[in-house]
This record gives sequence, structure tokens and C-alpha cells, in this order.
Amino acid sequence: MIRSVPRSRLFDSLYLAYLVAFFVYLALPLLVTAVFAFNDAPFPSLPWKGFTLDWYFADGSEGRTGLFHDDGLLTALWVSAKIAFWVTLVSVALGCVNAVLFERVQFRGKEFLYLLMLLPLVIPGVILGVSILVFYSGMANDLSATWGIELDLFRPGMTLVVMGQVTFIATLSTLVIAARLRKFDPQLEEAALNLGATPLVAWFTVTLPWLLPSIFGAAAMAFLMSFENFNTTVMLTGSDTPLTVALFNRLREGSTPVLNAVALLLMVGSALLALLVMGRSSR
Amino acid sequence: MDSDLFCEGLVRRFGNNAAVDHVSLDVPAGTFFSILGPSGCGKTTLLRLLAGFDKPDQGDIHIRGQRMNDVPPNRRPVNMVFQHLALFPTMTVGDNIGYGLKRRKMPLAERRKRTARVLEQVGLPDLEHRNPQELSGGQRQRVALARCLVLEPTLLLLDEPLGALDLKLREQMKVELKHLQKQFGTTFVYITHDQSEAMVMSDQVAVMRDGRFDQVAPPEDLYREPATPFVAGFVGDNNRLSGELVSVRDDLAEIRLDDGVLVQGRVASDNLRTGHRAELYIRPESLVLSGEALSAGFSSMQAKVRTTLFDGANSRVEAENCGQPVYARLPQDGSAPRLSADSSIRLAWNPALARVFGADSP
Amino acid sequence: MKSSVSRLSLWLLLTPFLLWIVLLVLLPHLQMLRVSFQVRESWDTIAWGIEQYQNFFTESYYWRTFVRTGVMSLFTTFLTLIIAFPIAWYIARLARGRSKGILFLACLIPFWASELVRTYGWMILLRESGLFSSWLQVLGWVDGPVEMLYNDVAVIIGLVYNGLLFMVVPLVTTLDGMDENLVEAGYDLGGGHGTVLREIVVPWAMPGIVSGCIVVFMLTLGSYLTPVLMGGKDSAWFTEQIFTQFITRFNWEQGAALGVLLLVLSSVIVWLGLKISGQSLRKVMG
Repeated sequence: MIRSVPRSRLFDSLYLAYLVAFFVYLALPLLVTAVFAFNDAPFPSLPWKGFTLDWYFADGSEGRTGLFHDDGLLTALWVSAKIAFWVTLVSVALGCVNAVLFERVQFRGKEFLYLLMLLPLVIPGVILGVSILVFYSGMANDLSATWGIELDLFRPGMTLVVMGQVTFIATLSTLVIAARLRKFDPQLEEAALNLGATPLVAWFTVTLPWLLPSIFGAAAMAFLMSFENFNTTVMLTGSDTPLTVALFNRLREGSTPVLNAVALLLMVGSALLALLVMGRSSR
Repeated sequence: MDSDLFCEGLVRRFGNNAAVDHVSLDVPAGTFFSILGPSGCGKTTLLRLLAGFDKPDQGDIHIRGQRMNDVPPNRRPVNMVFQHLALFPTMTVGDNIGYGLKRRKMPLAERRKRTARVLEQVGLPDLEHRNPQELSGGQRQRVALARCLVLEPTLLLLDEPLGALDLKLREQMKVELKHLQKQFGTTFVYITHDQSEAMVMSDQVAVMRDGRFDQVAPPEDLYREPATPFVAGFVGDNNRLSGELVSVRDDLAEIRLDDGVLVQGRVASDNLRTGHRAELYIRPESLVLSGEALSAGFSSMQAKVRTTLFDGANSRVEAENCGQPVYARLPQDGSAPRLSADSSIRLAWNPALARVFGADSP
Repeated sequence: MKSSVSRLSLWLLLTPFLLWIVLLVLLPHLQMLRVSFQVRESWDTIAWGIEQYQNFFTESYYWRTFVRTGVMSLFTTFLTLIIAFPIAWYIARLARGRSKGILFLACLIPFWASELVRTYGWMILLRESGLFSSWLQVLGWVDGPVEMLYNDVAVIIGLVYNGLLFMVVPLVTTLDGMDENLVEAGYDLGGGHGTVLREIVVPWAMPGIVSGCIVVFMLTLGSYLTPVLMGGKDSAWFTEQIFTQFITRFNWEQGAALGVLLLVLSSVIVWLGLKISGQSLRKVMG
């Protein structure tokens, strides 16, 4: 089972076959999605009709509208980007504060609060969305019905989507940053004080640079999670639909290679972001 | 006042337990001062009080005559080499050393110059651009030292910085630290649990136990004239023989060991009372294997050989007297007889080299 | 003075945390619980009662979907564990050097795409006009197009695919930390493959197994896209019903009750999983 324990040849080859099958299973759906973004046919299915970039660049004059001329999808992409930006900002800021709170401060009830912090991870995403909808949208409805005050902020829309996503993404970014802070030797801060730094300067010159890789990692993760989230988002979205919801609506109408084109773009985008962060942290 | 560090009646309590219990010390400028004690004796707490990471419950800390109690750590003329060095992993060696200078708002060019100079002084020229992680243990040690020395502190605190090194490197660094201290002329306060480190490097050693200083003295005095049984047992190897005090004459105390033999040693405490229990400490190298002929004035006792421990110049024989182990040095110049297990030997010593304490000494 | 400064900084650090947990987690869920006990008698009068929960038990469609969702989620979790374990073992213990890192990254790559994209990929493969169907026809194994989408098997394929990463990563992490001498000692003391796996490897990997299973179970139970897009007419998922109540029918009271039930189901199963395996949430998640 391990390298030093002898294995039979049959076992080895079966194991290898299993590994290959596994990685084919992993790669196949993404591979076909990517490939059909370039098929010169109106449906993403065989037979292969030749290579085209129409699904990205066609301007609609020949009955095909490519992604970069599809206003609906482009708007949705922009909405998603805005949401992801705010979610990233809030989640990472919360993550930093929470990490310091749980790793560096001693106070009563810390264990209990830590469990509360983990709670959003064990609540299904749909429920997170629904509960926020019920609370805030319900509050807006009640205010409107009783006093005639319109609180559009809490109607389904971008604000609620950001709030819903922050609920669980903040937990993840807290875990990422806290894990890094746990490996920080508090003596380094004392050393900085000892060499003449004030506590604030010590934090910015010693602790923060140490946390930086995890902050970038948490930011990339938060951005991707927000961009890709569907379950929470779909419950809270208003008229300005983010990309995943827009894609879902399109998909129900029927699939076209434009969807493949968007999917490939998303994959490349995420891959680049992931590589960027990994490149930074390995340096 | 020409003392760099002067403390009086320092107390630091954690709950009911006093980690530092009325400690006073006076360290003259340019001294290598060590605080030696077993782990948990309060030496790290004392060091943290001096650095300002902790506040004393009672007592005062003066550095060059200035009261430091309410001065925050970043404003004290004190720098510290941490136990695990605490080099900043996110900075290069040069930035580590320049860190303190930068906090003093020193211009970049001057900072570079001083960094290069101090690196030269600690024997690591041109290493500014390396990362601390890429250095060897000994090199990191020197960078940590340079990071403090470049600030020209009044007082340098060292918290067992050699603990993480392997034995050979540690021997080397001991000597080197002593030289660096002389070269820079900075006052060092060094804490350690390793008596050899304290003995080799220090001008003065304070032996600390349970939050108090048992004795403060130069290493030689500590070794030859331990003030308490604890110091006698903690600093260097020592044999302890217990018996009943028979008489005290002039400077010599006579005690009767449990097998009835009368032996002598110098009086070392003032709580010796005839008829009470007393303890005699004699170092292994002071014990000689003797035949029937005994030098005048020497004391002697019989012991049964258990085994011999060959260790080059440190070779010893382990013997037994009244159930208590006794060690004696075996000279390797051919003068020692071959000893077989269970044979009986006679161990003799000059009473001037033995020290006798009352059994209830602190 | 020192204690008042540290009190102040404690509160400064606590405030964002409390705002987040109270405003985004606790209050919304309490409100959802409250709404689930409301009965709307006319457009502006509300009474209290357990009618929504009664509906759940009397309408067989509700509770059948509920049970089905729970059972299928458990099955998916189990299947994911079985599939992922040999892979994690290979990455953690058998692969060396570069190939180890590459294989690990290869496991992560599918998750650079969103659940929607992954599901879409499976649809292209499995549907009647899809790739598998075309390939089978080319090979001459079938005469006409075959529909492989819109059934429970397709749903499970998609769900397992979605969960794999969250199973492989914690497994690799715990198995990586295992001392190989433990396994060697197991064989040395006369153990066979089975006993070493059962008595040494699995107990060691337990925190990873539990954490992977909890996350996969949560994801599966709460998933919406995969069952909706890949499932057939009779393979409804419980989240679909919640969605329908809220978005299509505007029946928030009923929707809230269904939401509470789903939350109770997931909490109970996670709690049972932790109890049975003797793990704690903090150890498994934090």
C-alpha cells in the first residue's frame, strides 16, 4: 500500500487504470465545453463542423451573436464583477479582523463564538439566501405597508446578493487568514518593538507582510466564489441579474455555443487568477 | 553612577506565585553578565521585565541611572536577541538589520553604510540581500546579534540564543560571543540554563532559583566557593556526602558519615550545629585514589566500585558509599590503577576543597 | 489603564464579527423560523399556527422529496468518499516530487469552473444529441440516439463530480501528515492489507474523512443546479420546492417552513456524523 510495502503487478496496473479513468472523468466535461466554443454549428453537439471564433466575435449580422456583442451577457458579467468586488472587499476585511480576534486575543466565550463563526459553512446556500430574503425583504415590505417608507436597499438586488454571499465567504476567508496568522511567531512583533517600532508600526511592517500571501489567497478565493455562486445569489437577485443567473436562464431556453464561449472565458479567467496567486505565494 | 543596569527589589507575580521575587542586581558598564538557572526559575520573566514586555509589580529598573518602569519597550535603550532569534522572515538580512535604524528615521545611505559595517564586524560581509531562511544556524545567530548591535544599545539582552544550535557550533559561538562583547564593549545580560555557557563567557554570573538570586559572583568564585548547596550542586559536577556534624574548629567542620567515618571540610554556611545533619560537597576532580599512605590533613573514605566511565579527559569512576553514588576523576596519565567492579577503593581529599553546609540550608 | 485599552481593542475587534453574525446569520434565521409559524388568513391578517408544517406531512409530494433528497445526498457522499480515497492515497503516499503537486493541482482544475459550467459540460456529454450518444452510434453499439440525461444516475454523476474536490483536499491533507512508519509497523506486526487499512489508516484519516463528508453532504443537500438541470420529471430536489414557494408562488410562509426543515435535516445529519465518528466541528472545520 505504501512504497516500501511490496505490491503485485496486477494491483499496480489496476490502480493506474483507475487513476487515468478518474482524471478523464474530471477533465471530460470541461474539455468538451471548451472545444464546442469553437464549433462552427448552431448547437454544441457533434458532428464537428469546423473551427470558428463566431461565438466570441460575431456581431449579429449573420444571425449569430458572439459573446462580445451580446449586451445581456456583458451586462451580467459586469454585474457579477461589481458584486464580486464588494464581496471580496468585505470578506477579506472581516477575515483579517476575525483572524486577529480568534488567534491573538483571549476572551471569555471565544470557543462559542468560534463555533458561530463556522456556522455558515454548515447551512445550505439556498437557506442562507432565503433567510436573508425573508428578513430584509420582509422588513422592507413591512415598512412600506405600515409607514409607507420605501427601503429599496433591502429589496432583492445587488445589496442583498452581496450580503448573502458575504455570509459564508467571510467564514472561508477568516479560516484562510487565521491559518496563516497561527503560524506567525508573536515574538517577531516583540522583536520589532524591541528595535524601536511602535505597536502600530510593528503591525504594518512585520505582521501584515507575513499575512499578505494569505490575504491575496483569500481575496482570489472570495472573488471566484462570489463570481461562481448560484444557490444563494438566485434567491436574492433583482432585475440586475449576475452572470450565473443569466446563464442559467439562457440554458433553460436552450443551449447555444455562446454559453460554451462564456464558460471557457470563465475557466480561463479563474485559472489565470489562481496561477497569479500561486505564483505570488511561491515566490 | 557607572552601572548600566541597576534593579532593586523587583517582584513579578502571576497569581500567588512570584516568578521574580525581590531580585536586585547591579551590572557595571561593559560587563558580560549571565543569569543562570534551571527552566522555570523566572529568568525569562526577569528578562522580559528588563526589555519592557512586562511590568514589575514592585521594584525599580534603572538603566544608566534612568528609571525605566514606565518606558515602553520601543523607547528603551535595550535590545534583545530572542531565543528563536525572531528574524523577520519577510525581509532580507539587510532590511532586518536596518529595521531599527529605519525606525530612528536614519537616511537610507547612512543605514546602508552602518548595516554593511556591522555585518563586517560580525564576520558576514556582503550578505545584505540574502533571506534569513537561506542562512545557516550560526549565520542567523550573528545576524540577530548584528541587528541589535547596530543600534548601539546600552544593554543587550540575550535569551538563550545558543539553545537551537548543535553542540559543536555552540562551543564555537560561545567563544565568539565573548569576543564580540569585548570588541563592541556593550553590556550583555545573558540568560541560560547551561552552566558551561555562563561559565565560559561571563564576567559575572547570577545563579537564579525560584525567582531569587542564590549567588552573584565571577564564574571561578561560583565554582570554588558556592554560597548555597543549590549552587554547589547546580554549577559543575559535585558529590554530596551527608552525615552528622561532630565539631567545628576554626574554619573546618568535621562530620561523621553514615558508615561512622570522620571526614572534614570547610565551613560554608552559618547554620551548622553540632549533632545536626550536615552535607559535605566535594568535586570529582578533588578526590584522589589513595593507597594506605595519606597526605597530611587529608580526609578519606572507603567506597565500592560500581563501574568506570571512560570519557577521555573526563573519565570517572562511579563508586558507592553508604548507598550514595560518588564520582571521582580518573586521570588518564597512567597514574590510576585498573579498577574492577565491586572492588573497594579509598578516596581522599584536601578538606580545604570540600564545603560543608547545614542540612537545612536554603 | 492597560485593561481599559485592551477592553476597547477587544470591542473594536468584536464589533465587525458580531455585526456579521447577528445581522447576516442569526437574525435572518430567527425571522425565517418565525415566518414559518405564520398563517396568512387574508392579505393583511396573519395568525400563528403550524399549518405550514402540517402541509409538509400531509402532502406526500413534499415529504417524499424530502426523504429522497436526504437519502440520495447520503449515498452521493458515500460514493464520493469511495471514489476519492484511492486518489487521495495515491497523491499523498505514492506519488513523489513533481508528480505529486501536478496531480493535486489536476484535482483542483475542474473547480476553476462554476457549478453551472460543470453541469453544462455534463449535459453536452449525456443528452440525446450529446457526445456519448454520438460515439455509441459511431461505434455501432446502438441504432438511434440514446437519452442519458434526466435520470437519477445522471444526477448522481453530476453531484459526485461537484463534491470530489471537497473530499480529495481534506483527505490528502490528513493522509499527508501520516507517518509511514505507522503502516510499516502495521505490516511488521503481522497485519494484512485489510486490517492495516481498517485499524491504522482509516482511524488516522478520520478527521479528513469527516470533514470531507460534511462538506460534500452539505453541498449535495443544498445543491440546486445539478438536480434541476440534469434530473428528470420525478427526480425533484428539495431545494427546488423551496425555490418554487419563494420565487414562483410567493408563499413565503410555506417556503420558510420547508427551509427550516432542510436546515434541521442537515444539522441533524452533520451532528450525527460528528457524534458517530467522535469528532468535533472545530477540529474538522477549523
